[in-house]
Amino acid sequence: MSEQDHFYSGEDIGFTLNNKEVFVTNVQPTERLSESLRERLLIRDIKIGCNAGDCGACSVLVDGEIVCSCLTPTQQVEGQSILTAQGIVSDTELGQKLSHSFQKHGSAQCGICTPGMIVSAYKLLQTEKKPTEEMVKDYLGGVLCRCTGYLKIIDGVMNVDNTDHGGVSGFPSLGVRARHLDGEEKISGRLQYGDDVAPPYALVIKVIRSPYHRAKFHFGDLEEFVTKNSDIETILTHEDIPGVNKFGIFPGFIDQPVFAEQETRFKGEAVAAVVGYPEFFNNFSVKDFPVSWEELQPVLDMENAEQEGVHQILPGKPDNVLCNGIVKRGDYKFGLKNSVFVGEDEFTTSFVEHAYIEPEAGYSYMDGDQVVVHACTQSTYMDLEGLEKVLNLDRTKIRVIPTGVGGGFGSKLDLSVQPYLALASLKTGQAARIAYSRQESFLSTTKRHPAKINIKVGIDGEGLIQGIHFRGKFNTGAYSSWGPAVVSRVPIHATGPYFVPNYQAETKAIITNSTPSGAFRGFGVPQATVALEVLMDKIAMEMGLDPLEFRIKNALVNGVPNGCGQIFASGVGIKPCLEQLRPFWVKEKNKAKELNETQKDNHVVRGVGVASGWYGCGNTALSNPSTIKAGIKADGTVYLNQGAVDIGQGSNTVIPQIFGEALGVTNVSFKLLYADTDITPDAGKTSGSRQTFVSGNAAMLCGLALKKKITRQLNVSEDSHLTIDGSVVHTINEPNEPSLDLATLPQDKDGFVYKAMETYDPPTVSLDSNGQGQPYAQYGYTAQMAVVEVDKKLGKVRVIKVIAAHDVGKAINPMLVEGQVHGGVVQGLGMALMEEFLPGKTDNLHDYLIPTIGDIPEIKTIIVEVPDPEGPYGAKGLGEHVLIPTPPAILNGLYNATGVQIKNIPATPDRVLKALEEAKS
Amino acid sequence: MVHLIPDNLSSALASMVAPAKIIAGCTDFFPRLAMGKVPNRIVNVSKVREMVGITKTTPGWRIGGSTTWSEIIQYPFPPAFDGLKAAAREVGSIQIQNTGTIAGNICNASPAADGMPPLLTLNAMVEIQSENNKRLLNLEDFVLGPGKVDLEANELVTAVWIPEPRNNTVSSFQKLGSRKYLVISIAMVAVTLATNSRGVIKFLNIAVGSCSPVARRLASLEEKFTDLNVSELLEHIPLDLADFSVLSPISDVRGTAEYRQAAVLELCQNAIRDAISLTGVKK
Repeated sequence: MSEQDHFYSGEDIGFTLNNKEVFVTNVQPTERLSESLRERLLIRDIKIGCNAGDCGACSVLVDGEIVCSCLTPTQQVEGQSILTAQGIVSDTELGQKLSHSFQKHGSAQCGICTPGMIVSAYKLLQTEKKPTEEMVKDYLGGVLCRCTGYLKIIDGVMNVDNTDHGGVSGFPSLGVRARHLDGEEKISGRLQYGDDVAPPYALVIKVIRSPYHRAKFHFGDLEEFVTKNSDIETILTHEDIPGVNKFGIFPGFIDQPVFAEQETRFKGEAVAAVVGYPEFFNNFSVKDFPVSWEELQPVLDMENAEQEGVHQILPGKPDNVLCNGIVKRGDYKFGLKNSVFVGEDEFTTSFVEHAYIEPEAGYSYMDGDQVVVHACTQSTYMDLEGLEKVLNLDRTKIRVIPTGVGGGFGSKLDLSVQPYLALASLKTGQAARIAYSRQESFLSTTKRHPAKINIKVGIDGEGLIQGIHFRGKFNTGAYSSWGPAVVSRVPIHATGPYFVPNYQAETKAIITNSTPSGAFRGFGVPQATVALEVLMDKIAMEMGLDPLEFRIKNALVNGVPNGCGQIFASGVGIKPCLEQLRPFWVKEKNKAKELNETQKDNHVVRGVGVASGWYGCGNTALSNPSTIKAGIKADGTVYLNQGAVDIGQGSNTVIPQIFGEALGVTNVSFKLLYADTDITPDAGKTSGSRQTFVSGNAAMLCGLALKKKITRQLNVSEDSHLTIDGSVVHTINEPNEPSLDLATLPQDKDGFVYKAMETYDPPTVSLDSNGQGQPYAQYGYTAQMAVVEVDKKLGKVRVIKVIAAHDVGKAINPMLVEGQVHGGVVQGLGMALMEEFLPGKTDNLHDYLIPTIGDIPEIKTIIVEVPDPEGPYGAKGLGEHVLIPTPPAILNGLYNATGVQIKNIPATPDRVLKALEEAKS
Repeated sequence: MVHLIPDNLSSALASMVAPAKIIAGCTDFFPRLAMGKVPNRIVNVSKVREMVGITKTTPGWRIGGSTTWSEIIQYPFPPAFDGLKAAAREVGSIQIQNTGTIAGNICNASPAADGMPPLLTLNAMVEIQSENNKRLLNLEDFVLGPGKVDLEANELVTAVWIPEPRNNTVSSFQKLGSRKYLVISIAMVAVTLATNSRGVIKFLNIAVGSCSPVARRLASLEEKFTDLNVSELLEHIPLDLADFSVLSPISDVRGTAEYRQAAVLELCQNAIRDAISLTGVKK
């Protein structure tokens, strides 16, 4: 035999893909199957979340076995059979059933992990028709999800035989457990995310980043580098920026350069970008780029940053303090003096990474003289405004279209890939693409602010809070980003949802040479809530009060001012949330006591904790309007331009539900048009739990306005019931039942017979120098209970159960409410127990740990509906509330189980064990 | 650059005449590719038929070097291999178990290699071949330090040998991580316990991972238990910290050195208790 016979040789590789024979030519020796599938065969339901086998989003079946396609060499699969989610869902009966079941159970939120979940679930169900929950976890354990908290995925797999396929048409009704309107395209793998839009020939952008926390740098001969490498089209540096080399969020805080000039201020900061043909990057190492670095002494922690003589990190900020916040009401000193008991403590929290499974990515090209940017973003219009300044271009020359967004949680509010894309296309005239590696996403995009909090709470003889003094420092990293928002939100919320007559909260954002901290589900409120709620349990313990009753007694009610002096006549729902927990509290406390007593020698002890939370929906005392547009065409089709970007939270479903209710016609053919700065008006950013509330109101007003035009034409009352049958509108229960044939009406150039566009901006009153005013038009409320078990010998904490009561005003879609609760609770669990980003150390998904399907508790959601007078149909925001009470509820459960409080989170096993040992001695 | 996928051993060995990067499951190869230079010559041994699969022979069990963790989980081994199977189930995820190989785990020489502690307690040996030589080495002597193994450039780890365990041998495994699935351990302990029919301990092998540059057997502890009756074993718990002095845990992102020290004692006790319960001897 010749040597050749023994080798699966060569560069042209054939295999079966989703039951079709395919052939990939000129396969590179280190080509991954994921690359071949995505870039050669354009099978883009394979998602790249980490390129390291840590996330499982790229899972496929090779000869029936689940593997990560990012860890599989293409050459190795010659002659084998490969099945992806797309093939499973479209070609197999079981795949179809799974797709229906996932839709029915709300198993996909952002959808980026869904192909991996489908592949794993398919394999499991082929092996075992009636799997146990443990089996589901074992099979799906290799795929990370950051949105759903996994529970609805487990439901979707275990109930696959439930063959009710829904089949609802028209707008789903208000208040029903409607499927995600965009669910099918996510589950089938058809939805295009940030890296799925670009054609394979597009130029590739690779950013060159600082390897040091702080460094000076000098470029070598860039021109020569380009000339020497024919596959490089161009290099971008700060010199290529036509406008201002700065971006940011708030006026006065626009300070982050697109490309650093002379000095970098954090590890991972961009200095240049190489734009070249895809082939160039097969063998390119960033070390080949002509730049020399001179490492400088960085300032990494807040204590150091505030010391005298330490170098100034940002111009104009000599003491490394970015900004301050304050809320002051009554006299906290008086309040503490009038207390019979004053609790006091210090808490610290860590950088937390958003860890969405989709790293930042996008695609751009020139359409005439307009640059078009497709990117995964939470806010199209903020992107547009930022680009306008960087590019020095009129906004009509820029178009931003969001792709599918594979999770955001706050970090995709800031510009990331967008300026590089736009600059590359403007400079070269060509289409360009970029996808961050997992490490780049870790290093360069925003984090949750680490906090150091000192808090005092004074209680009188009746068990009522008399005064709180709160001081919080937040590590905002090297640039402003959302630091000012954190500093202003925290003092408003640090009273918790309690009546506090004497209150002072001071906050400070400290600049360091770390990755910028920004927006992350709750804007600092989760950190503040840890401090307050954990201290409240210590106080309750010392004073002999029941933690739940103590909270109920102090809960804010209608007609009583909060810390900003804001009074709501109705809609304050914290007390009902806490009261809903009562029966569970008693039951779980008794159960824990019984378990601990019957197993006296056992080193695993059980405890129950509770915590409250509240959160103001929308921007803090700033205008933040949403506009929604709709129209009806002559054929009776309703068009809804819904610009609230759906990052998995469900606005693509909830906004149409609200709109349909207002229009009064649900069973109608409709078409949804999403965010696009050229065609859809600004529905504001997906942030601050504002879309259901603010964009929901705009959708309601828009639906009502459209209906009014029709009812006026029909000459019937505005609240008549309408139906649309083909092009004819009918009225129900009206005398003579008049009808209207839309086809007979005059049409505009786009074929519309009626159009409406409405804007809603929540009414707020700006805060005075003491933080008094009306920062939010609406708050949502929550109380959660956590049942935890602690292994006292290993310091391991396991959360058994979370009972989450949430006042949502009106549940527009209870299934989506539960989905948000599950996802938020599991993120809160991660923050409490395992998540800690250490710049330069934990910049991947195996050193930075987020909860897997094996770490989740049972979660019971209790939906409380205290209608909000400002909310659409009474609805309140929810997206951030869900995470806020979870970490302290878990920490309080740990305290209840062991008598030990963890004040430095995450409560990793080593920290817990150390605290337990210190308590012993 | 070339990527060769030989289907038999002689081709594989022949292809290693020039310096080559050996790959099989690629679970470490691809993640590291981003960090370093691309090797010029890659030899993929995942399909070498002499290196795939498990066979029982007179001196013991031969596990081909390219055998995956999933294959190990599914193979009907005797109870002495339960600890190895438990470790295999704790490797990453199903995706990683389906591709990651036993020789890859060993040769990667990570202090946290999941396979090492159980293999050490089974007195595993490594079969190494080159075109003109074949040698057998104790696993303990093969792995020299983090990323370092006793392997020449032209050599391949073709199999792992496990001597036929005595009758009445059981084993257990404990992995401690900060989450379930997809986790690198903070510490691991494997125990293999052999008794005679009267419950007298013939040997109790204990190995610890993630607490030293290479996973270590705890010889001084093991000696204490030989010839005791299983029923007396529990009297020796809590164990003496002095018997763990061969370990040298470090502090890293997964845990502090002090924590590892404390945890490993606990894990070890749990693993011994598990093994005792597997013997079926009542205390």
